[in-house]
Amino acid sequence: MSASSAFNDEKGGSSSVGEPEYGHDPASGGIFSSDYKRHDDLKEMLDSNKDALKLEAMKRIVAMIARGKNASDLFPAVVKNVACKNIEDPNQLIRASALRVLSSIRVTIIVPIMMLAIKEAASDMSPYVRKTAAHAIPKLYSLDPEQKDQLIEVIEKLLADKTTLVAGSVVMAFEEVCPERIDLIHKNYRKLCNLLIDVEEWGQVVIINMLTRYARTQFLNPNINESLLEEGGGGDKTFYCSDEDEDEDEEKEKQAEVSALAKRKPYVMDPDHRLLLRNTKPLLQSRNAAVVMAVAQLYFHLAPKAEVGVIAKALVRLLRSHSEVQFVVLQNVATMTIKRRGMFEPYLKSFYIRSTDPTQIKILKLEVLTNLANETNISTILREFQTYIKSMDKDFVAATIQAIGRCATNIGEVRDTCLNGLVQLLSNRDELVVAESVVVIKKLLQMQPEKHSDIIKHMAKLTDNIQVPMARASILWLIGEYCEHVPKIAPDVLRKMAKSFTNEEDIVKLQIINLAAKLYLTNSKQTKLLTQYVLNLAKYDQNYDIRDRARFIRQLIVPTEKSGALSKYAKKLFLALKPAPVLESPFKDRDHFQLGSLSHLLNAKAGGYQELPDWPESAPDPSVRNVEVPEWTKCSSREKRKEKKVEKPFYSDSEGESGPTESADSEPDTGSGSESVSVSVESGSPSDSEESEESSESDEDEEEEEKEKKKKKKEIKQMQASERLVSRSKPDVSFQTIAPSSALKNYELLHRITGEGLSVEYCFSRQAFSPDANMVAVQMHFTNNATSDTKNLHIEDVKLQSGMRVKEFAEIELLPAGEATTAVMGVDFCDSTQAANFQLCTHTRKFFVSIQPPVGELMRPVFLTENEFKKEQSQLMGMNEISENLTLDAKCRNEHAIVQRVTTAANLSRVPCGSDKECRFAGKTVTSGSLVLATVATKDEGAAQLTVNCEKMVIGTMLVKDLLLALTQ
Amino acid sequence: MIHSLFLVNASGDIFLEKHWKSVVSRSVCDYFFEAQERATEPENVPPVISTPHHYLISVLRHRIYFVAVIQSEVPPLFVIEFLHRVVDTFQDYFGVCTEAAIKDNVVVVYELLEEMLDNGFPLATESNILKELIKPPTILRTMVNTITGSTNVGEQLPTGQLSVVPWRRTGVKYTNNEAYFDVVEEIDAIIDKSGSTITAEIQGVIDACVKLTGMPDLTLSFMNPRLLDDVSFHPCVRFKRWEAERILSFIPPDGNFRLLSYHVSSQNLVAIPVYVKHNITFREGSSQGRFDLTLGPKQTMGKAVEAVLVSSQLPRGVLNANLNPSQGTYTFDPVTKLLTWDVGKINPQKLPSLKGTMSLQAGASKPDENPTINIQLKIQQMAISGLKVNRLDMYGEKYKPFKGIKYMTKAGKSVSSYLFEFLFI
Repeated sequence: MSASSAFNDEKGGSSSVGEPEYGHDPASGGIFSSDYKRHDDLKEMLDSNKDALKLEAMKRIVAMIARGKNASDLFPAVVKNVACKNIEDPNQLIRASALRVLSSIRVTIIVPIMMLAIKEAASDMSPYVRKTAAHAIPKLYSLDPEQKDQLIEVIEKLLADKTTLVAGSVVMAFEEVCPERIDLIHKNYRKLCNLLIDVEEWGQVVIINMLTRYARTQFLNPNINESLLEEGGGGDKTFYCSDEDEDEDEEKEKQAEVSALAKRKPYVMDPDHRLLLRNTKPLLQSRNAAVVMAVAQLYFHLAPKAEVGVIAKALVRLLRSHSEVQFVVLQNVATMTIKRRGMFEPYLKSFYIRSTDPTQIKILKLEVLTNLANETNISTILREFQTYIKSMDKDFVAATIQAIGRCATNIGEVRDTCLNGLVQLLSNRDELVVAESVVVIKKLLQMQPEKHSDIIKHMAKLTDNIQVPMARASILWLIGEYCEHVPKIAPDVLRKMAKSFTNEEDIVKLQIINLAAKLYLTNSKQTKLLTQYVLNLAKYDQNYDIRDRARFIRQLIVPTEKSGALSKYAKKLFLALKPAPVLESPFKDRDHFQLGSLSHLLNAKAGGYQELPDWPESAPDPSVRNVEVPEWTKCSSREKRKEKKVEKPFYSDSEGESGPTESADSEPDTGSGSESVSVSVESGSPSDSEESEESSESDEDEEEEEKEKKKKKKEIKQMQASERLVSRSKPDVSFQTIAPSSALKNYELLHRITGEGLSVEYCFSRQAFSPDANMVAVQMHFTNNATSDTKNLHIEDVKLQSGMRVKEFAEIELLPAGEATTAVMGVDFCDSTQAANFQLCTHTRKFFVSIQPPVGELMRPVFLTENEFKKEQSQLMGMNEISENLTLDAKCRNEHAIVQRVTTAANLSRVPCGSDKECRFAGKTVTSGSLVLATVATKDEGAAQLTVNCEKMVIGTMLVKDLLLALTQ
Repeated sequence: MIHSLFLVNASGDIFLEKHWKSVVSRSVCDYFFEAQERATEPENVPPVISTPHHYLISVLRHRIYFVAVIQSEVPPLFVIEFLHRVVDTFQDYFGVCTEAAIKDNVVVVYELLEEMLDNGFPLATESNILKELIKPPTILRTMVNTITGSTNVGEQLPTGQLSVVPWRRTGVKYTNNEAYFDVVEEIDAIIDKSGSTITAEIQGVIDACVKLTGMPDLTLSFMNPRLLDDVSFHPCVRFKRWEAERILSFIPPDGNFRLLSYHVSSQNLVAIPVYVKHNITFREGSSQGRFDLTLGPKQTMGKAVEAVLVSSQLPRGVLNANLNPSQGTYTFDPVTKLLTWDVGKINPQKLPSLKGTMSLQAGASKPDENPTINIQLKIQQMAISGLKVNRLDMYGEKYKPFKGIKYMTKAGKSVSSYLFEFLFI
């Protein structure tokens, strides 16, 4: 307001006109324009300091823009508020709303501001604001495509986000802006797979479709061996024949070698490929049809043949949904049934047609039933078809007759039955039914005409009654084509047709001319005059096609002096053996479009469709998906906000399944081990980077608090350092006695099949590793199952995250066949669950293996008294304390069982305690010696509370997760 | 993704439009109207129509076409599913989803559409979150709004998007804590002329109405979970738990929602609750036909079969029907040839029947088609598959909720008796 009044003052001063000028001033011109006034109160609302008012104003503006109203005069007010103030607002909803308004303004001048705002919001503390930033990206891109490069940077940043809220939106932006930049996905692939189940439904669809394309570029065809078998013969041929060109030959040899090699090598599925299939499968149970379809197409395009079957049941379920859903699903099922008929066969009856189905659904179901027909089920299907012919829906009846025709051509055994049935339909009262039957019979007869001259005779009689042009034309064609089989009837039919020629439809006229020509060539004695009569009639027909045809045929068949060389061949031309028509499904080969897509449905490429790539010949480097460097250490000023929100997965952590904040990779996944024969236990978890994320968040507290904390930390560190000294000087016997006697869990390092006879298991022995106290002892158990000795077992090429160290075991020189031995190695995991990757070498082979510790093994027990425990616990409150309520497993309700389970899950020792309602445990992390305190307080009826206090928040969270799992299952 | 939305009524008028990106001219709907004209029945309009510059994806609900305009590749089911979600939301807000209801609440409709899609991509589709953002209309609020000119946009800032459980808002409070579950099953069967079953399947849903304070964590277990062959869940159900223990464990949304839809495995023999005795004949040359239909209960475990409604599409040649029902009323529409008989409750002692004659068009030949008979019915207090809920437990909150479970069986799309003759084989 002050700016505008200043402006007026100036103006008034210069022109000194005074009063009337003010009337035009928008700020005061309320009388003339109510529009201005309304916008004014919006401006006021935007300037207010009340959140609700601002939000309301923003919503109204968005609504105005959405209705296509001109809101451009609000532009400065919005930008002023939005870009400068609200984007800095402490309320995350205001920030998000501001961005939404800003990005909805379609004015090019705003592009730089929008870009800035998106970049800011992309590193916001609040995931909701980051989600809004992802939504704004396609808007800016459509406004100014030249911003692409900068936007890709933002997308890359947001792709690294670990919240389910953001994942769907950013992949959507990725698909709109840069779907070709598949390289951006590598590092986020595993995270996306693991987050998927918790992403909202719409995001799931987009992510699954994108990952399908990704997988097609990165993994090998799981059905490669089958396709090789099919093509095998061809490859061998090239090997033997043609020795003209040396170079070419060499090349071919190479090719043959390659294919032979591929044949010999058994196919091993990439664990990441397996991860995708495994994590998408539960979504087949989604209530959202689009999600189910997305998973179904993923399985169809990516899964090994044997596993695709699981999708059939889910797709059949969708057939009970709305008719529009049925329509789309049936289109896709029709395509699938051509390639993989077997998987839908058990559900044959689900495709039976109901009288209440809309016609388009009926016709699609018919298509599916026809595709599913084979020797065993054809009789049931045909019986079903018979009832359909009785339907009152004529389009559907016509489609059914055609379907019968297709079954007859595809399945030789039933051809005669079908033909008989169709012939009976010729006496049907409904002319449409008869006509359709005639057309189909014509096609069937072309396959073996000699056997069916009586049917042709029967059809000849129909010309008297049947009026449908297409059917008449078909009959005439049949009689002409097979006139030798009906030598007596054919001329008579021509006679009748000649009589009615002028009244016939064009297609019928053309066939009459054809019939006349053919009869003239085979039986000119009887039909010469008739033919000439017909040709004369045609000569003066109104339709030029018919006149043309008549002229052409006359020249060809009636010998004159002028007639050319062609007339000699007239008989060959007209009565050549014609190939039988192939009755194919219209859905054949539609699967080159990604199923479930709009393009597939239309059978034409829609704008923006991304081709589904072919499988690569050889798999690209799988290590690109390993996550290494934590990128979240740097954080912008935005993250200094106090809004602290621990983003918990909804369900994932209580179930011990992969959650958004933690990748499943960080746990030893026993399920994957049994399913996929892979050498490396899944490695490269993002948990490390996450640790830094959280610690960065915790660092970003208020300055003063920070200082205090640092002081405390220092103190604790000093204390711990001294402790460490003590424990180093003392022999480590004490720790050994503390370790629980319960059986240690064994993990597989190398399976005997992949290890070619050598199998290796490892366990965390919980003994102190004497060469270096900061290392976790890993006991390895080697078994040589092979028939020959293994020599020089040692470790090479250790790949570690920064800070981690490994102390190798001494080389095992000889492991005789059938014998076993153990060795101990030490790994300093730096208090993280990152895997230690290395090569296990024998004298002949090298195997890539990795060891990944459960969080409970990253600590060792310490003795504390109850008082010491309480004192330490009181120092580790607030951010460092995590509590969870749980219900104890029925078998785990006494003290003994609880202690047993906790000490099995984590290397902690029991702290003596007065109360029988509480069990306390203490330990410290191996590398940094940070204290880890756990408390299980039991209540009535199996309820309990688990509290973990630990300075290392990541360790704390993960430990809570593991302990919850141990106590509830 | 979704560019614009047009709402078209049965007479082909566009009565509402909404654009999320730039404004698309109404004329794009001409392609839709063409398809509508070509279709013989309203439900035969193709759900996906391709036009030179756009694609139209539509759904038909409550005799309103919801036509979405798309400009580039998008999974068609994505759009269809979203449109159905829009209709469900309208129904949830206004009780019915009719043209009148939409016109009466046009402001709320626009607000909802604005929140549900952002730049064409779904933003908030959970009814719980929407209700926090936009309050459903009540008579009082509508009046106040009309007078004061305020909108229905929530005064308080919503927190739902940020809740740990996205489908449930925090701070729910009730004085009476109740949880009701309705197990509703539908039989879908085709029965042939001789009374033997061609296909029969049972589909069921469990609809819940949960009004509980705080963040309750519920588990629902069944006596016979093995009956359930194929299931789909509300996102709140923990899938792993179901896989492992066949227990439904979930934090429920607040209010009404569909917890589960299921399909009963086809191995289990489906008990059809009614039988039909029929005798429908036409004689060649005669202008009269006989119609004789008797219904009877079968395998209902003593429960009454209620709300029975029989409908049959008679052949085109039939001019009129002169019938005599033993109970209930019947109507015959001479234009559509649809015969409906509202039977009501079946009394096992006195079976309902419908007998009489049909008059045929003079000189017309004997009709080819045999009519199909559709039967709708209801059985209270019984799930025909035998599914039984074992127990419902609540964790996480201290109070004792009131729990209720109700069973019901209905006839689905078609318990129909196809009357046909064998043609060949």
